[in-house]
Amino acid sequence: MSDLQLELEILRYDPEQDQEPRFQTYSVPCQEEWVVLDAINYVKDHIDSTLSYRWSCHMAVCGSCGMMIDGEPKLACKAFVRDYVNKTVRIEPLANFPIERDLVSVLDDFMNKLRRVKPYLIRKEEKPLSEGEYRQTPAELNKYKQYTLCINCLCCYAACPQYALIPEFIGPAALTMAHRYNQDSRDQGRAQREEETASHEGVWDCAFADACSLVCPKHVDPASALQQMKITSTVDWYLEHLGMGGKKS
Amino acid sequence: METIKTDVAIVGAGGAGLRAAIAIAEARPDLKVALISKVYPMRSHTCAAEGGAAGVIKPDDSLELHFNDTVGGGDWLCDQDVVDYFVREAAKELTQLEHWGCPWSREPDGSVGVRPFGGMKIKRTWFAADKSGFHILHTLFQTTLKYPSIERFDEYFTTDLLVVDGRCQGVVAIEMSSGRIFQFQAKSVIVATGGAGRIFPFTTNGAVKTGDGSAMAYRAGIPLKDMEFVQYHPTGLPSTGILLTEGCRGEGGVLRNKDGYRYLQDYGMGPETPLGKPVLKTMELGPRDRLSQAFWHEQQKGNTIPTKFGDCVYLDMTHLGEKHIDERLPLVRDLSISYSGVDPVTEQVPIRPVVHYCMGGIHTNIEAETPMPGLYAVGECACGSLNGANRLGSNSLTELLVFGKKAAQNAMEFAGGGNKTNESAVSEQAEQAQKRITELFDKSGGGETISGLRKEMMDSLEKGAGIYRTEQTLKESCATISQLRKRYAGIELHDKSNVYNTDLFQALELRNMLDLAQTVAEGALARKESRGSHQRLDFVDRDDENFLKHTLAYHQGEETPRIEYLDVIITKSQPGVRDYSGGGK
Repeated sequence: MSDLQLELEILRYDPEQDQEPRFQTYSVPCQEEWVVLDAINYVKDHIDSTLSYRWSCHMAVCGSCGMMIDGEPKLACKAFVRDYVNKTVRIEPLANFPIERDLVSVLDDFMNKLRRVKPYLIRKEEKPLSEGEYRQTPAELNKYKQYTLCINCLCCYAACPQYALIPEFIGPAALTMAHRYNQDSRDQGRAQREEETASHEGVWDCAFADACSLVCPKHVDPASALQQMKITSTVDWYLEHLGMGGKKS
Repeated sequence: METIKTDVAIVGAGGAGLRAAIAIAEARPDLKVALISKVYPMRSHTCAAEGGAAGVIKPDDSLELHFNDTVGGGDWLCDQDVVDYFVREAAKELTQLEHWGCPWSREPDGSVGVRPFGGMKIKRTWFAADKSGFHILHTLFQTTLKYPSIERFDEYFTTDLLVVDGRCQGVVAIEMSSGRIFQFQAKSVIVATGGAGRIFPFTTNGAVKTGDGSAMAYRAGIPLKDMEFVQYHPTGLPSTGILLTEGCRGEGGVLRNKDGYRYLQDYGMGPETPLGKPVLKTMELGPRDRLSQAFWHEQQKGNTIPTKFGDCVYLDMTHLGEKHIDERLPLVRDLSISYSGVDPVTEQVPIRPVVHYCMGGIHTNIEAETPMPGLYAVGECACGSLNGANRLGSNSLTELLVFGKKAAQNAMEFAGGGNKTNESAVSEQAEQAQKRITELFDKSGGGETISGLRKEMMDSLEKGAGIYRTEQTLKESCATISQLRKRYAGIELHDKSNVYNTDLFQALELRNMLDLAQTVAEGALARKESRGSHQRLDFVDRDDENFLKHTLAYHQGEETPRIEYLDVIITKSQPGVRDYSGGGK
């Protein structure tokens, strides 16, 4: 027995057949505990097996099912159907990305940008494994921990007004990941990353609209990361150009 | 068909595949690595592991204790040479991850912290809050971005191994964005595609976990080992199967029945331990198989709580305090509130056992080698017999690393061994694979649906091959799955597009799952004893005389698999009694 009925208006687009995206409406009997992803799975399993979308973990950690739900970028597995009763819910692929098929976006741009910011620990010298771990106090961990929580769902890019205007902008998630490593007490790679992050397409394209932080399902707060990076990169610039000691490597 | 030539092809880009890729890139930057996955690496299900990874580092711990916990936890079905190697390499690999930036939780002095886990006699589980797998996966994925020799093929669905002259020489994969079919010619291949929890209806496993690599190897003639051993994790959220980590109990959470009684003391895991003072290897820190079996008995006695989503017991963490829960178990709190509407800080959380992990998989040895030259397997898709009949929590994340590296070392050595690819024979085989895919595409009529067959398979396994099994229930499952494999011929793809055709991928996944489901049910029917996660109501005792053996299931086309047995490797621990009564102090 279903508890409530949901009308889903889902964007459909198959580049082999469609000139442009269209919408198709499905009426789905839902249980009140369901998330929107459950309703979409119902469509796939019982109404229309041609619908394409990405999903996996159903617990908001794999980041696959970011999509526009009623105009907002959300994880379909963490958007509850009870919040959309008695209305038609429009489901679209993430804004600001090309559509590959139906709800599937092309993510190449993000994957390339992520690589550019060098999101890995950089050290001048590696300590041998036999000497054990690098020491890092809980306070040092807390300095960057929040920024490690990004699941790459890319809701922040879909929300970002600057990314919509300037496709070259490296964008919130990738820059936040650079900041995460910059803030890690074990890392010595900030100068290398600043070649990208402090460049024209880096943090200075951010207009601090805060939209990224508002939609982030993991409360990573990319906007704060980017503002901190602006300050750091300004200080680094002055230190370098006014000869006040070398910049932190 | 397009051809890509590489040195080592790795299928699967979760924890195991990524670790293997890095090992090759570090040691042999001259070798080309093709990292092929049906999802982007960070979507792999390693991300959902919560509790942590085991490795001996503290002064009160020892390799011998980790060995004994693992072998006893696995009810002596572990290969002891494998366990021995594993416990020796574990801490090195976890330290290596630390050096790559993994944000492990720390002690006040800055050293890595460890937490208690089920079935472990000493605290030895490294953790990153309750998002350990997530952090391991992202650390590994991001680290791979350093290495130009690793070429990723994200969203390529691998369908077949290419085997010529008895040697694995590549794979066939579909580029999901275009439908184009590629042959990857490789000097060696590592399969790291994860488990197959999706063959059951109620599972912690994500949608991707359909056992593709295991099924592919099985059809290529590699036996699947110990497939009847399927782990139920005792604490899943009832409506979704979302996991609440064993760390909940490690941190002091307790299980209660409908009367508030801590029932585990009635099932050989007592005496009751004081609230807030968990005792290792006792009560709630018993192993997962025992805890899930205790639930089943409570259910038979009518001591569980009926809910809309099945019978439950309570996981009580209310005595831990908000600060501790927020620091150590933030994801658990978030998941409980979001998906069950229960805040563990103030309320008991209804939970029930949920299918979590396949101990069985592609038959491998201590070298992560399969019986086929050039083919290696690692992670949940493989069965290197580290975990025996029941895996201990926090051993699998470490396993990915230790044997991911091992598989890589052997695969690169093999790749450098001067074997020539038999290009024409490989291409011919790839053409045949392509033809099968095209036929599936073009087939019409039949009247079966993918979702319909899938549901029947899941329900049949749950009913017949669940926590407790009998000859009767297993025979029904075997008959049903055999029928479903035949009925599979009656499915039809309604989606004819070449672009991201999930109708096609689900059809391929269903075929894989049906093959694996059959090995689970047939293996369970043939194993007339109870051991670890495999419990028979008609054969309640462990039978070391007849079944201290691994099951090997061989693919026989349309027929049921041929079952053979292989001796367990015992080096220093003779089968004994699994003691979780707090007596083993």
